[in-house]
Amino acid sequence: MHLIAEIIISALLVVSGFFALVGSYGLIRLPDTMTRLHAPTKASTLGLGGVLLASMTYMWFARGDLSWHELLITLFIFLTAPVTANFLAKAHMHGAERPENLPATGTESLWATFEAPDQHLSPNLTETKPETNLTER
Amino acid sequence: MIGYALGFASACFTLGLLANLWRLMRGPTPPDRILALDTMVMNMIGLTVAYGIWQNTGLNFEAALLFAMTGFISTVAYAKFLLRGDIIE
Repeated sequence: MHLIAEIIISALLVVSGFFALVGSYGLIRLPDTMTRLHAPTKASTLGLGGVLLASMTYMWFARGDLSWHELLITLFIFLTAPVTANFLAKAHMHGAERPENLPATGTESLWATFEAPDQHLSPNLTETKPETNLTER
Repeated sequence: MIGYALGFASACFTLGLLANLWRLMRGPTPPDRILALDTMVMNMIGLTVAYGIWQNTGLNFEAALLFAMTGFISTVAYAKFLLRGDIIE
């Protein structure tokens, strides 16, 4: 195998391991559920993409055939990680937060997940004066 | 060189699994535990793919893909159950 291919594969593996470790360490270290949601869904996803790219490059150079399975897994992971984060954020907001404690949306509408079902039909998106209650929490 | 990089990546994924296990046992709210499970699935996919590189085989990709799909579906089902008290309405 070429030296350049080895360097590329090793760099991808080291970077992916580092990012996966950062994501899992952030899951321990971050103080809040909503902040804790950031670490695995971004850093770990990036680490997983790195190791899958390394596997793809290795199979290309070691066995001569370029396989697309890794790209399929990468695409699937990158598509499903935001959906997972959204569902978990909604579950946390309905479980542990109250609508009046959340930061302002900047419009006259409430957070969409707390609205009544008939309010979704005509959302009122006119701008209001932004209230600075982000620091109160 | 690839061997050392593989060892480093596998060690990182394993340490990540231990960290997720700590959060899974400790996590104060149910979404924390679901998030820890989802991250465990991600780290397991990474370990599976790294093992496939080490063994020079392409058989692990199907396992990794199945792991990704079941992990996503179980996470969404659990979050949906927390949200609505029901999975399929």
